[in-house]
Amino acid sequence: MTIAGEEAPTKAGPSDTGTTKTGIRAWLLAEAPTSPRHATLQRAYLSWLAFSANPIAMAGLGIILTLVLAALFAPWLTGTDGVVQSLEDRLTPPSAAHWLGTDQLGRDILDRIIWGSRITLYIVALTAAIVVPVGLGVGVLAGYVGGLVDAALMRLVDVFLAFPRLILALAFVSALGPGIENAVLAIALTSWAPYARIARAEAMRLRNAEFILAAQVQGASTWRILRRYLVPLCMPSVIVRLTLDMAGVILIAAGLGFLGLGAQPPSPEWGAMISSGRQHLLDQWWVPTVPGLAILLVSLGFNLLGDGLRDVLDPKAGS
Amino acid sequence: MASSNALAGPGRVPGLLRAARQVGGVLGSLALTFLGLTAVTFFIGRVMPVDPVLAIVGDRAPAEVYDRVYLELGLDQPIWRQYLLFMGDLLRGDLGVSIQTSRPVLEDLMRFFPATLELATAATLVGVLLGVPMGVAAAVNQGRPIDHIVRVVGLIGYSAPIFWLGMVALLVFYAWLGWAPGPGRLDVFHQGLTPSVTGLLVVDAALAGQWDVFHNALAHLALPTAVLGTYALAYIARMTRSFMLDQLGEEYVLTARVKGLPERVVIWRHAFGNVLVQLITIIGLTYASLLEGSVLTETVFAWPGIGQYITSALFKSDMNAVIGGTIVVGFCFVGLNMLSDLLYRLVDPRTRA
Amino acid sequence: MKIIKHTLAAGAIAAASVFAVPQASAETPPNMLVLGQTISDLITLDPAEIFEFSGGEIANNIYDRITTFEPGDYETLVGGATESWQISEDGKTITFTMRDGMTFHSGNPVRAEDAVFSLRRVVKLGKTPSFILTQLGWTPENVDDNVTVTGDGTFEIKIPADISPGLVLNALSATVGSVVDEVTVMANEVDGDLGYAWLKTNSAGSGPFSLRAWNANETVILDRYDGYWKGAASMERVIVRHLPEPAAQRLLLEKGDIDIARTLTPDQIAGLEGAEGVTIEDAPKTKIVYLAMNTSEGPLADPKVWEAMRWLVDYEGMLGSFLKGQYSMQQSFWPTGLFGSISENPYTLDIEKGKALLAEAGYGDGLTLTMDTLNVAPFMDIAQSVQQTLGQAGVTVEIVPQDGSALWPKYRARRHGLILAQWGPDYLDPHSNADSFAHNPDNALEAKLTGKLAWRNAWADETITGMTEAASQETDLDKRAVMYRDLLTAHQTGSPFVNMFRSSEQLAIQDGVTGFVSGPTFDLVFYDGVTKE
Repeated sequence: MTIAGEEAPTKAGPSDTGTTKTGIRAWLLAEAPTSPRHATLQRAYLSWLAFSANPIAMAGLGIILTLVLAALFAPWLTGTDGVVQSLEDRLTPPSAAHWLGTDQLGRDILDRIIWGSRITLYIVALTAAIVVPVGLGVGVLAGYVGGLVDAALMRLVDVFLAFPRLILALAFVSALGPGIENAVLAIALTSWAPYARIARAEAMRLRNAEFILAAQVQGASTWRILRRYLVPLCMPSVIVRLTLDMAGVILIAAGLGFLGLGAQPPSPEWGAMISSGRQHLLDQWWVPTVPGLAILLVSLGFNLLGDGLRDVLDPKAGS
Repeated sequence: MASSNALAGPGRVPGLLRAARQVGGVLGSLALTFLGLTAVTFFIGRVMPVDPVLAIVGDRAPAEVYDRVYLELGLDQPIWRQYLLFMGDLLRGDLGVSIQTSRPVLEDLMRFFPATLELATAATLVGVLLGVPMGVAAAVNQGRPIDHIVRVVGLIGYSAPIFWLGMVALLVFYAWLGWAPGPGRLDVFHQGLTPSVTGLLVVDAALAGQWDVFHNALAHLALPTAVLGTYALAYIARMTRSFMLDQLGEEYVLTARVKGLPERVVIWRHAFGNVLVQLITIIGLTYASLLEGSVLTETVFAWPGIGQYITSALFKSDMNAVIGGTIVVGFCFVGLNMLSDLLYRLVDPRTRA
Repeated sequence: MKIIKHTLAAGAIAAASVFAVPQASAETPPNMLVLGQTISDLITLDPAEIFEFSGGEIANNIYDRITTFEPGDYETLVGGATESWQISEDGKTITFTMRDGMTFHSGNPVRAEDAVFSLRRVVKLGKTPSFILTQLGWTPENVDDNVTVTGDGTFEIKIPADISPGLVLNALSATVGSVVDEVTVMANEVDGDLGYAWLKTNSAGSGPFSLRAWNANETVILDRYDGYWKGAASMERVIVRHLPEPAAQRLLLEKGDIDIARTLTPDQIAGLEGAEGVTIEDAPKTKIVYLAMNTSEGPLADPKVWEAMRWLVDYEGMLGSFLKGQYSMQQSFWPTGLFGSISENPYTLDIEKGKALLAEAGYGDGLTLTMDTLNVAPFMDIAQSVQQTLGQAGVTVEIVPQDGSALWPKYRARRHGLILAQWGPDYLDPHSNADSFAHNPDNALEAKLTGKLAWRNAWADETITGMTEAASQETDLDKRAVMYRDLLTAHQTGSPFVNMFRSSEQLAIQDGVTGFVSGPTFDLVFYDGVTKE
């Protein structure tokens, strides 16, 4: 077996691992697949069976689903828009009227947490939308084409890997100006590199696989091979990595918010809520503590989910 | 795959040759990486909407004063020229003068970096000393309660926003319980007593035989270490568990067990011996990320480390300080990465194929 | 494996010793004053360059100035390094007599030559605060002729510019009026820099304390000077700790790790009230919080909009909540109670009035504006309150919070819309604020009068500019006071400035610590009177 470059061993591969093994055991549950789509669905279902048997992973999924639901139904779950102030009601402790108390401008903290879930999801989705295509593109191209292209791209990847991540993000945000989109851009810029490495390793492993050679013989263009074969096959490891990274993304975004470089007031971004509430830690502990717990919970959710996904999709990958 | 000693057998001479070539390659890419690092940092500094002149003269400066300092800083030059001038100075070991401290950046780095080094080292130590045994215990007892506990504890440590954890820790252990001293590296009345040799207060105080300062420094170190160490511990425990699970599933472990070797020997000598290299890589990575990633912890604990130095320099557009700091942190980061990489390649048989 | 065992052992020892530390009795030493505040603004300790709050404060305790104020009395100007002065009949020359028997920390005597050297040095180095002296008409070329030693222990200054001598004497009480030790400074001169590089991080004064160490963003440590002319201070050492987090300051105060917390928030002060062992003291300051409008173009050029804005701020609501105790009403640009001030605060929150004015100006259907401000308390909170009340009148405001390092360049380049910021005088004379808020002789972008707030907001009112100039030239004190009152009233109702609040420092002081004086300006803070029981 060839391990690509300096990559830690990733013996990943959706086709020949856990999914199929479980599939064989559960084979009797289904008729022989009648179409490729049937096979795909079947495999997905079986993965789900494996996944749902794992209580920790299911807990993670539960947390993330709650987050998504909170974001979706925010207008119905909250009494206020989370921004409107009420200076008479400032810093009230948790009560029947305000389940999680109010902050220094009299805003209901629970409402802000719920509205903030949209921001969290937005950050996560936007980061993924930038990181995955860029990382995957660079990695697959480098791994498949090889040679000079590979060397040049990998040097670039190294430079970005070498950068102290938070400091680079800080510098980018200072350069671009504070705000969620800029924070996301900065985070994405500092986190696409590992994806390129993963994808490159996969591509190098696969480029001499028979079905790729067959496609080449049939005259498929490089572009087509990358898009139709390599990218889809890299997806499982990328998704696992992405899910596990999401916690990190949330934490960095919160850290930027904490330093005043992320989301800006009155936006109920959780990191910014901790930041502006931290002066009240001694007397009104709930003001900074609640958003801290929210971040903890969601990033825990992503980690649990990622762990579970990895066990199903990519059971042997180390990280 | 059996365990093997990397430098034994007929592969030895080519191994050394390859090592030499690899060291050369590593140095080459190190140089390239640094060029990239300085360039990116420098250009970011120049496109920032922050005005380095105002950082020096203040916002009420009359136009004449402003214009003079603008010229003094060489900001009228084309940007590539400024970069070349900067690199020239850099190669001569001159990192310039910091705006925020009015002192040479190099001098600042000698003061701020050891503070971070002290913290990161202590936290990594905590992470290794607790994380490795936890990870091994979880792997050996896979699926049992202890495994679940280690996994969840590890995940929580890995998921908590560190600045928040720090705040809560200060509240509980300093404000409420009074077990730990407050923010900062030393109590004020111990400040400025110890001659700086290494810059690591704990070491310096021990060298000078000032045991009260030593104790004070150690006490101040405890809480930030615990917070940062939680993160290190979580990561290391998690990786150890995963590596150990891989090994425990291998045939040679089964063989050893069948041979009747004591379980202690099987786990620690055979399995653990084989994950050691991977583990060192992970520890190196953790150490590197703690060196760079302690900005938030430093902020919360008023720890005058390099993360705080760079952050406050960024806010002041003090680019000499930012670049100087980034180079040092980048150097450690890249250095540690490459070192563990190299170690990995030299020792791990699979990557030598 | 052996390595691991050893590290394990070492770790265990380390861990054990941490817990074995006997917790120091949480009290600062009796001969030491420990202050908790922010010193991140400190970038230089050279009195010719200092223009930052912490720098001015620390310099006041290291140096004696030519003129100064006694702690507690900020209306009577007194001699610092000088004993007395004589103003010539035409008001164009002032002769100073040095105080007898003063010595610098180095042991050198304080001479007239040192005073002359210090003033010339400020003008020749030409750092930012030099404008305080160059407004007298001094230039690097003519300063040697205008500031001269006239005899043993006397020197005189000539005032080429048309400017009241009373204002000149007030200006000499600024940090640039500090007398430095010529012999020591020149001994450290490098390449003709007049000792600039050295004095940035060292001290050469005659004040109650000398600088022991300045660790940026960490501490400033001062040592007592036993030969101080007023008598040595009671505290042997003063440690100024950089504690940017007010919560941390409060924690350290309650634990007894600091003696005085300087920058607590109103909520923390409220939390401390009734706490044992801590006293809260109020020290009114001269910083003014204002909202200004860039009148370059658009709706903000319309005086009706200016007037509307003044009715759309919830002054009372803010003062009653998050600003409580640390700000007071101040709707004119010179603090009430000081020479030449007014006490009228005619505006209150009146949404209907504001709406009506906006409708009159043609913006009845609403407006969208941006508001730049600093990303720190209380600006963020004030901005959000103003955003809300303006919103009720149909004005949509987008807040753009930023660090000062990003805000000032924008402001100086007139690229802001609304701006919420603060201003404090450079010395205790109404001209210091009037010159900035009201005086704008050339509104052209190329004129680059970037130090003036009126210019930054592209607002030039000929009448008001004229009033400012006349007041600065008036030699009769009483007339001068009346002229400033008229100016303040005209500015209050006819400028694009919404002056809102005046700041007040709330000091949380450990019981038993007395004598700390925090005057109205940042550079009138006195450490030397502090005693501990």
